[in-house]
Amino acid sequence: MNPNPSGPTPSGPTPSGPASGGPASGRPAPGGPAPTGPGRTAASPYGRTTAPPHGRRQMHLAAHFPGVNNTTVWADDRSKSQIAFSSFEHLAHTAERGLFDFFFLAEGLRLREHKGRIHDLDVLGRPESITVLNALAAVTDRLGLAATVNTTFNEPYELARRLASLDHLSGGRAAWNAVTTSDAFTGENFRRGGYLDRAQRYSRAVEFVATARELWDSWTDDGVPRPFAHRGRHFDIHGEFTVPRSPQGHPVVIQAGDSSEGREFAASSADVIFTRHSGPEAGRAFYADVKGRLAAYGRRPDDLKIMPGVTVVLGDTAAEAQEHAAEIRRSQVSPQNALLAAEQIWGVDLSSYDPDGPLPDIDPDPGSELAQGRVRHGDPKAVADRWRALSRAKGLSLRETVIETTGRQSFIGTPAAVAAEMDAFVRTDAADGFILVPHLTPGGLDDFVDRVVPLLQERGAFRTEYRGRTLRSHLGLPDPVRPAEKG
Amino acid sequence: MSASPRPLHLSVALEHPRPAARADRPDRTDRYDAAHFVRLARLAERGVLDFVTLGDSLTRPGLDALAVLARVAPATERIGLVPAVTTTHTEPFHVSTAVSTLDWVSRGRAGWQAEVSTTEAEAALFGRRAAEPPAAAWREAGEAADVAARLWDSWEDGAEIRDRATGRFVDRDRLHYVDFAGTHFSVRGPSTVPRPPQGHPVTVVDATGETAGAERAVREVAAAYADVALVRAADPQSAGAVRAELRELARAHGRDPGQLVVLASLPVELHCSGDAVGLAELLGDWYADGAADGFHLRFADPGRDLALLVDGTVPVLQHRCLLRRFYPGATLREHLGLPRPANRYALAREAS
Ligand SMILES: Cc1cc2nc3c(=O)[nH]c(=O)nc-3n(C[C@H](O)[C@H](O)[C@H](O)COP(=O)(O)O)c2cc1C
Repeated sequence: MNPNPSGPTPSGPTPSGPASGGPASGRPAPGGPAPTGPGRTAASPYGRTTAPPHGRRQMHLAAHFPGVNNTTVWADDRSKSQIAFSSFEHLAHTAERGLFDFFFLAEGLRLREHKGRIHDLDVLGRPESITVLNALAAVTDRLGLAATVNTTFNEPYELARRLASLDHLSGGRAAWNAVTTSDAFTGENFRRGGYLDRAQRYSRAVEFVATARELWDSWTDDGVPRPFAHRGRHFDIHGEFTVPRSPQGHPVVIQAGDSSEGREFAASSADVIFTRHSGPEAGRAFYADVKGRLAAYGRRPDDLKIMPGVTVVLGDTAAEAQEHAAEIRRSQVSPQNALLAAEQIWGVDLSSYDPDGPLPDIDPDPGSELAQGRVRHGDPKAVADRWRALSRAKGLSLRETVIETTGRQSFIGTPAAVAAEMDAFVRTDAADGFILVPHLTPGGLDDFVDRVVPLLQERGAFRTEYRGRTLRSHLGLPDPVRPAEKG
Repeated sequence: MSASPRPLHLSVALEHPRPAARADRPDRTDRYDAAHFVRLARLAERGVLDFVTLGDSLTRPGLDALAVLARVAPATERIGLVPAVTTTHTEPFHVSTAVSTLDWVSRGRAGWQAEVSTTEAEAALFGRRAAEPPAAAWREAGEAADVAARLWDSWEDGAEIRDRATGRFVDRDRLHYVDFAGTHFSVRGPSTVPRPPQGHPVTVVDATGETAGAERAVREVAAAYADVALVRAADPQSAGAVRAELRELARAHGRDPGQLVVLASLPVELHCSGDAVGLAELLGDWYADGAADGFHLRFADPGRDLALLVDGTVPVLQHRCLLRRFYPGATLREHLGLPRPANRYALAREAS
């Protein structure tokens, strides 16, 4: 049963096949073709609608607390504490004022290193997620509260208990981003230590989530605990859970991880997927691919929401927004950060290079372990070649090349243009919503909520009030059904 | 003892010592209700108590205690918040970051009561290792407390520099690996959480817990790592004897015994304001006998008994100048008269 009448109601065909490369067969966009890409400043191709069309699919929005990478600009007078509770409270209040679905915290279980030393150029240090969210539950009312928590360096009984506690204490607003980081570097902080084979990280994650759900299902609705026993490849546990079934039944499960195994994990086990595929073409391909995997698990396309992480830059005019975006990218990629970004690709010390000079002409060291505790993207040699080609073609310095290739924001423009573009994204099946990643702590989403949310609402693309109390109801997810009750 | 009374310290347990739910008696208590705990903590705060504790174990029905007190934190302003946290099957790194985060969200009011899990039933919930005998489990709890404090120190207070000229957010010379190797675990560090407001959140150990065969080990842990030791005793003399022993052991560990607060932990049941006044008499007598630096009260019914304590016992103790009338500071350490600890790594770095 879906308790939320305002939940998404698909109004057109939903892609169910694998990615074809081109735009998926989405619903036709009224008023003109979809814009061709994020970062564009073109005026809205859509006319402004005053009333939501019947059956209009609405987007979901989440607020990502600024993280420990160079997206977060700490060298700005408006940038406040990354650790004080007041910062978390500020962003959560902003998100709730904007009627967001949820507030999101990332996790890292070891400080990152570069060249054998702690990486000191970006924000580092953050509080433990679930504890912060329990505190935020006291100062918010409807906002979902999502914690990233690793499945390799936790055990199902304890984590299921902590998540169920959050769900009780927040009145049904808990979510868990189940991530699988499993490297030996991070393992040095934990009992299990060592390394979980890459192939096993997802088999453990799948069994972990399934085991947690067995625990969440273990009490009757009448408040009577029933013993559980789970015996699997990764866990062999039994006993009695200490927490009654929580308001959502199961906290919402989010997945972030792009490999094929990661997508399969999401298709089998997750309610939301947090992805980096934020461009329209890549987004549509990813969307079609992931939604296409659901049927094999007896799930409907709407049972898994796809939410790319995106950045937004606003301006009163398109030109002003572009200028502002360029400024932000320059502050995200300091000269030191530019060298570091290059060292992460090349895998060797580049401190003798001038960030304002050309790129190194040597080739990257493929076996380098210069950067620790960081997710790697792509083959270093290919990336280096691409960077050099770009630098030659446009006459860019090392720093300018890094700015050009790594710092690009997803949506840049006037509030009206951004609202139109985001709306088009969702209407053309490139996403079900967005996880907004601001660059300033804690005020980085103030403008978005004040200036874009009302326009999304006018278009009928976003809710104008919370209808339900639980995160599941905001997301339009069905209440979980216990296996025994499925009949 | 001393003629001009130093105010005593007063703390209470929030959990209801009610038996577990059974099939014939469904669990419909308020132990899953945030509002219930907020109400109790605010009541304790009105009574200017030092802190509240919330018990926990992996097998007692109820929510994660640290989660509950994190939920309570923004709804209170001064009261110290001390959840029980188990150390046997959990990860010392997670314990350290969760407690330190409780200190951040409460702006310096966090503590934790270190606990162990010694039963086969608890071991079976994790399936990682067999049950530990109590003495071994307590020795490991000591290691968990040790590494937690090292992780809290692994960031020096001034580590965050935000130096725009060099582009550095932190001074990494002020971040430290802890490289701790215990019997069953090792931790590399540094913490992922900056040093919390109190430097070290307050560590509490029940020095007389019901752990047969581990009395000695528990007291060693309390003497070595606790800021506050709880002592369950039937009379002031035996409480005083344990207090003297703990202070002696603390001295042997190279600590200043004055920085170990010993609280007599007493079961209490109040039915009327007469009982509340009687309790004030009893506490005053125990305190005068030097039994303890204060008290930790375990109520039969916290909802009822705490209200009677705050409205009946507290004013009497205040009138006798045995209890303060307002919070002198903002942090739990300040309530307890404990200094903010120096950072061992900063001291070592400055010395070198
Ligand atoms: C958008 C996104 C956000 C992520 N956030 C986190 C995080 O906060 N903490 C973490 O440990 N891993 C995080 N990860 C890492 C993934 O959970 C996963 O472990 C990693 O991507 C490797 O898996 P893969 O090979 O399937 O991509 C994130 C991944 C993505 C794509």
